Amino acid sequence: MRCLSALLLAAPLAVQATGMGADDARHLLNRAGFGAQPREIADYARLTREQALDRLLGATVAAATTPPPEWVREAIVPPRELRQASQEERKRFLAQEIRRGFDLRTWWIQEMLDTPSPLSERMTLFWHGHFASSQQKVRYTHLMYRQNLLLRRYAVGNFGELLHAVAKDPAMVIYLDSASNRKGKPNENFAREVMELFTLGEGHYAESDIREAARAFTGWSIEPETGEFKWRPALHDPGVKTVLGKSGTFDGDAVLDLLLERPQTAEFVVAKLWREFVSPEPDAAEVKRISAKFYASNYGIKVALRELLLAPAFWAPENRGALIKSPVDLVVGTMHALDFSIGDPLPLALVVAQLGQNLFSPPNVKGWPGGEAWINSSSLLARKAFAERIFRAEEMPGLALAEMQKRRTEADVTRAKGFGRMGQEGRERFVRALYEIQFDPQRWLGQFPGAVSHADIERALLAREPVNAVPVESPAREVVKRLALDPAYQLK
Amino acid sequence: MDRRRFLQHSSAAAAAFLGARIARAQSASGYRNLLVLVELKGGNDGLNTVVPYADPAYYALRPRIAVRRDDVLQLDDRTGLHPALAPLLPMWQARELAIIQGVGYPEPNLSHFRSIEIWDTASRADEYLTDGWLARAFAAARPPAGFAADGVVVGSSELGPLAGGGARAVALANTEQFLRQAKLAQPAQARGNRALAHILKVEGDIAQAAASLNGNRQFRTEFPPGPFGNAVRTAAQVIASEAGVAAVRLTLNGFDTHQNQPGAHANLLRQLAEGLAALRAALQELARWDSTLILTYAEFGRRAQENGSNGTDHGTANAHFALGGRVKGGLHGEAPRFDRLDGGNLVHAMDFRSVYATALEKWWGVPSAGALAGRFPTLDLLRA
Repeated sequence: MRCLSALLLAAPLAVQATGMGADDARHLLNRAGFGAQPREIADYARLTREQALDRLLGATVAAATTPPPEWVREAIVPPRELRQASQEERKRFLAQEIRRGFDLRTWWIQEMLDTPSPLSERMTLFWHGHFASSQQKVRYTHLMYRQNLLLRRYAVGNFGELLHAVAKDPAMVIYLDSASNRKGKPNENFAREVMELFTLGEGHYAESDIREAARAFTGWSIEPETGEFKWRPALHDPGVKTVLGKSGTFDGDAVLDLLLERPQTAEFVVAKLWREFVSPEPDAAEVKRISAKFYASNYGIKVALRELLLAPAFWAPENRGALIKSPVDLVVGTMHALDFSIGDPLPLALVVAQLGQNLFSPPNVKGWPGGEAWINSSSLLARKAFAERIFRAEEMPGLALAEMQKRRTEADVTRAKGFGRMGQEGRERFVRALYEIQFDPQRWLGQFPGAVSHADIERALLAREPVNAVPVESPAREVVKRLALDPAYQLK
Repeated sequence: MDRRRFLQHSSAAAAAFLGARIARAQSASGYRNLLVLVELKGGNDGLNTVVPYADPAYYALRPRIAVRRDDVLQLDDRTGLHPALAPLLPMWQARELAIIQGVGYPEPNLSHFRSIEIWDTASRADEYLTDGWLARAFAAARPPAGFAADGVVVGSSELGPLAGGGARAVALANTEQFLRQAKLAQPAQARGNRALAHILKVEGDIAQAAASLNGNRQFRTEFPPGPFGNAVRTAAQVIASEAGVAAVRLTLNGFDTHQNQPGAHANLLRQLAEGLAALRAALQELARWDSTLILTYAEFGRRAQENGSNGTDHGTANAHFALGGRVKGGLHGEAPRFDRLDGGNLVHAMDFRSVYATALEKWWGVPSAGALAGRFPTLDLLRA
């Protein structure tokens, strides 16, 4: 049996004189977005790396194109009303918010699939993990939706503006207890996390800085009738505070400015972006260099992205395939790269959650740890079960639905988080939608110019050679499926 | 041979000898003793589980949901069990059931997610660790390589105390399904970068567990119906496999009883007690009861006072069980003190990491300071 990687080595490198070539294009598009189709790879292959960056950074967007669920236009139910409601009404409210949470996850996955700027989408998700807030605590799905709009507004804009905005975002105000941080009764939760996780990183501040900053953040609250941010001067501590060696009658915004003044903030953010885009272990000298430009630009996120994605380390052979795909990378990336037909993306949202990345519900304020933590025996088997499932060519959900009445079928896929809370109607919707997810090998292969070799397929799908060679006589669908089950498919 | 060379030789010999001792201590280090963790997910109400039935404050705080004095299974003149726990009484009478009261940690966090993370990683309340405490313990002192896995998680996809740290941990719902799915694993020689090496290690862990586990042991024990009974049956299958496993973690869901607690809670405790009784019977069939330590845990206990919905809100310190053929039965820890509540919550009398330290040092004979990020006194919980 001949090995595909031998074919790969033998294949002539069809790089145009001026373009970066298909391997570079695939690498860039996979890291900057979620998967890449053969035609996109061919398109970018003709560009130089700089031209490709110009194009990616010139095409960013600040708003979603997918219409949101209808209920985002409804008023929120104020907490006062909830407190007065009967037990049954409260139960109904919580059940409704859980259902709306599914709507919201589905909406976001749809946007990830359809966005004209996958880089903007990736950055929105990056900031969601950085400025983590969770529906589990916030409860109000409306507020999670509004936070998502905020994150995408600033996702590739200015980090300083993003920090100021998200700090006062109502979901964040609830998530990190700012609303209960009051003069004389400080709650240090936000003050601690804004320094440790959002800006400086551990070791660049003292406990006293947290205590003093918490006083500055007093007075930030929420208008319960609307769910909007509200400044309550009566609850604010107007006294003198000393934060990071400076004293003044600081308010919250003033403290955020002090944090942004510190170059450590730029370094902390760039190191995290490095782990997102380049490799698991940031190069200290490069982080220093890039963060100096980021800082000098007054925190222009595109400045940092351009430097990172043009850094030699980004393109270095040893960093190809050095990152483990997140569940979103795996699921949305597979759907996109292989040009799947998708009806209702609900199952994808649930699978992403099952694989450990429950959108709008990061595990804690640190967000998703990522990297190797994505893969354990349970999640790896679930990733493979997903890959196995989507390449089954099955038509009608009727039989599956009938069987589901009797027992829980589709157990491998449907053990997704929250599946049990969807009710019978929701479960049927899920199964129906699952069967609508279809791979059309002919359509996909048609994206390649001319005849397609196994090596072409391999190079389009994998960041490095497969661990297990695919038998050369396999038909295309089989080749794709085998590659999607290969350990190397988990890498990008 | 000159003196200097002799000394070099002898110290090398001593090092080799010590090395052998250390190697043996690691591979034999008590991991033939099995640890079974049972997570009571959602936060079990310890006060209605181990009931301080002689304390009027208990009844004053819980006029609607307290377990009535007449219903309590009395263990002594002030402490009793919820009546649904009757299947545990034979173990209590055999002095194989220890009740540890007042277990918690300083600066308690009342979020499910954060607090179970603190328990799973054995961290302080203000520190975020990624690896589970068992994973860290196994990294410091490896279970035998021939084991099917270091740890097996049954009935949950979250590895909890076994997460990260290079522990060989597998999660499964039932053995048949796991063996079927495991065929998708593609173990291979370690190669490539760190990320690929990690993936290949996990592929290998799955394959090794699948090769060593089987689901065909016939038990005389009847396992109770329901998800927890099934998990206990699966755990028994895993334990029956010859290859061995150091730790098994089970989960019983549904303890977040904010509303209409009494019926739901009784039902959960019945499942728990019946499941544990079946586990004991199965372990006795396997002659493993004397080499098994079962510990319950949960993210927190519940508020001392009942809420307005016939339930209880998130609380802090809690009562937990330790069971096994070599457990020193009886009451450990400190009974609830309603006279010194903090914000309506019980104040812990014993750090949960002391319970962990006991399992690590006294049950397995492995060091605990690294795994628990500090020294915690052990409990007098086990017979030799």
